[in-house]
Amino acid sequence: MRYSGWALAWNAITGQKNWPTVWRHASPKDAYDVVIIGGGGHGLATAYYLAKEHGINDIAVLEKSWIGSGNAGRNTTIIRSNYLLAGNERFYEWSMKLWEGLEQELNYNTMVSQRGVINIYHSDAQRDAFARRGNSMRLHGAGGKLLDREQTRLLLPYLDFENARFPIHGALMQPRGGTARHDAVVWGYARGADKRGVDIVEDCEVTGFLISKKRVTGVETSRGAIRASKVAVVVAGSSSRLAAMAGLRLPIESHVLQAFVSEGVKPVINHVITFGAGHFYISQSDKGGLVFGGDIDGYNSYAQRGNLPTLEDVCEGGMALMPKIGRVRILRSWGGVVDMSMDGSPIIDMTPIQGLYLSAGWCYGGFKATPASGWCLAHLIARDEPHPAAAAFRLDRFASGRLIDERGAGAQPNLH
Amino acid sequence: MRIGCPHCGARDLREFMYRGDSAPERPDPEAVDALERFTTYVYLRDNPAAPHREFWYHSAGCQSWLVVERDTRTHEIRTVRLCQVGT
Repeated sequence: MRYSGWALAWNAITGQKNWPTVWRHASPKDAYDVVIIGGGGHGLATAYYLAKEHGINDIAVLEKSWIGSGNAGRNTTIIRSNYLLAGNERFYEWSMKLWEGLEQELNYNTMVSQRGVINIYHSDAQRDAFARRGNSMRLHGAGGKLLDREQTRLLLPYLDFENARFPIHGALMQPRGGTARHDAVVWGYARGADKRGVDIVEDCEVTGFLISKKRVTGVETSRGAIRASKVAVVVAGSSSRLAAMAGLRLPIESHVLQAFVSEGVKPVINHVITFGAGHFYISQSDKGGLVFGGDIDGYNSYAQRGNLPTLEDVCEGGMALMPKIGRVRILRSWGGVVDMSMDGSPIIDMTPIQGLYLSAGWCYGGFKATPASGWCLAHLIARDEPHPAAAAFRLDRFASGRLIDERGAGAQPNLH
Repeated sequence: MRIGCPHCGARDLREFMYRGDSAPERPDPEAVDALERFTTYVYLRDNPAAPHREFWYHSAGCQSWLVVERDTRTHEIRTVRLCQVGT
């Protein structure tokens, strides 16, 4: 069924009993053309674009739990394309363009809200760095505005401009950035992929790979062996575990990133705002909760929960930027296991094992990449050549020296 | 998380800095395959979901380097010992 005003009216007068299931709960077949491991946003988007753009429909998406149960449901829903380096910015801008048409593309309300992402700067040096990044964004068509102090004050009068330690000098704004509804992105891609014949298999954990002569021939799962000549690993924080099953070591460490949401309050924050003198970012959900986060905890973790020092650090950043949130109570906090790469940038590439593809290293920024990640991985799987927008995301760049180190932090995953 | 420093006793996480997996060993720069070995040393990690030996620096305490064995699935700390050359 195509969702529309008519469908809404028809189902209203027929008692809401005729809405079809959004996706089938498929049981795995013995063999597929392509198996995608990981039923998060990236995996489902990959399946969707493989079916839609490349005519490959015999696909299974294998998810060990329920779809969207990992980082796709654990992020702060921010979308933006405000990177500096060409290897990144071209890709994230392509993702932004896909976000802008996503609801029409999927016929699904993913609640894309281009409310503007505003990065605050606190010194002349930081202004220069932000101006440089803004120029890079504009060169790549992403847009961007450098705001001075008074322009920033007009938009965000409630910030602590006179803060003695971190005075606000201005901001770099990407008006096209914003937020999207993370679960709806998962469900929308699942629905679109399912409609094109993709089997979405939940409660199906991959336990090993079938490999013959350096060539993948399928996967072992908790629901039996499934043969496929092409297998993609799209599992974020579990990338190293899956790679180990295929005998590979990755330039990745898994870390925990926490996020927080407050009790619901009336509309007070209309943008996505980031603090420039620490790590703190915040937006307000349509339910009214203030959604915010900061740094990763900084030690290897698969625990999906973090510790209090990071919470304190995040809240200190928030209080330095906007003291008015100090009386709001935190409702929930949670952690996601993020795949921190050695240069802070992702990998979409083939592996030394023929037919085995990898999408990993998304660090704490995977959500915004969801559409382009799926688009580019589908292109790679279908054609065995990288999509131009993701051509820099090579697995061998760590050996060749073509790193994409946006932060300039070196091979230190907890610093990116 | 609290780490039991051999000198200072159980201390809060805030006192420590993390320096990652303790397993990689600096290769011999004179080796014929030194480039490949250094690439592995700098960039590749096992990253296990299991007990993990890692370096912690007690920066706000005795300033010792520690090797901590900690389960990355639960954050449970199993053993802590002082870092020594050649161990």
